Amino acid sequence: MRANILNEMTVRFPSLSENERFARLAVSGFISSLDPAVDELSEIKTAVSEAVTNCIVHAYRDTVGEIVLQAKLLEGKRVYIRIKDKGCGISDIEQAKTPLFTTAPEEERAGLGFAIMESFTDRLKVVSRPGKGTTVTMVRSLKTRKASDGDKNKGD
Amino acid sequence: MPCKLFYDAESRSLLAELSGDIDHCSAKGLREPVDKEIMTRLPLHLILDFSGVGFMDSSGIGLIIGRYKLMNDMGGDLLITDPCPEVRKIMELAGVGRLCRVIQSGHRSFSGGVKL
Ligand SMILES: Nc1ncnc2c1ncn2[C@@H]1O[C@H](COP(=O)(O)OP(=O)(O)OP(=O)(O)O)[C@@H](O)[C@H]1O
Ligand SMILES: [Mg+2]
Repeated sequence: MRANILNEMTVRFPSLSENERFARLAVSGFISSLDPAVDELSEIKTAVSEAVTNCIVHAYRDTVGEIVLQAKLLEGKRVYIRIKDKGCGISDIEQAKTPLFTTAPEEERAGLGFAIMESFTDRLKVVSRPGKGTTVTMVRSLKTRKASDGDKNKGD
Repeated sequence: MPCKLFYDAESRSLLAELSGDIDHCSAKGLREPVDKEIMTRLPLHLILDFSGVGFMDSSGIGLIIGRYKLMNDMGGDLLITDPCPEVRKIMELAGVGRLCRVIQSGHRSFSGGVKL
């Protein structure tokens, strides 16, 4: 069974560091119609930032390549996000996901990106092929809030 | 200006007021001026004030751990003040509290003199 897709977007951008911020803002703008709570929005932005930063610092380590960011709003206030690169790939995904594991300690990486993505989403799926690239898919459902919040009179 | 630095000679404390988003892109610009000041002044205490930081990802954790190690190597310590709830959550997830104290509302004066 698949949930209906209510809205979707795809953006492609080069793996430049300044696009970390752009990716966060693109996703937060895209999901704004769901009126996420402050903490939910912040967590989703953090998860996106982790995945995009990994493409920039690991996948395309000494080069610039394309990152594809896809987002969908699914029925039931669910946000689907997919971040894809065609970079170096990951040979051992389980090891990569282990908290504190990093291949770039000298660059002050903490090895916590996947741990953060995992704890800030309901589903995290990583598919990777060495030399071909990596796709990270995350799904996060948002809390349903009181509709009355949005219906308040604007009168003075 | 992503980082304002104040030094209090009496307490040998260096205060770094960080602001904006802390990610991989901005981390370098925060790291360099702070490290330069640490290596020049050799403070006993480094205070990272997070009150102006609205967003932080794991790059911020790398930044904290790196400054913790540097201060530790120089015989000093690190204190973190006033992260917003979202930033505090990332710090808790990463176990930053095991490295240094994280406190709300440091009682510091405007000039940068720090009372710990
Ligand atoms: N898109 C990717 N392409 C290639 N390798 C990756 C990719 N994403 C993650 N990795 C590998 O997985 C490891 C763990 O990633 P994770 O994000 O958890 O930690 P990190 O990026 O090393 O550190 P941090 O995210 O805390 O700054 C990385 O060190 C890297 O080797
Ligand atoms: Mg990472």
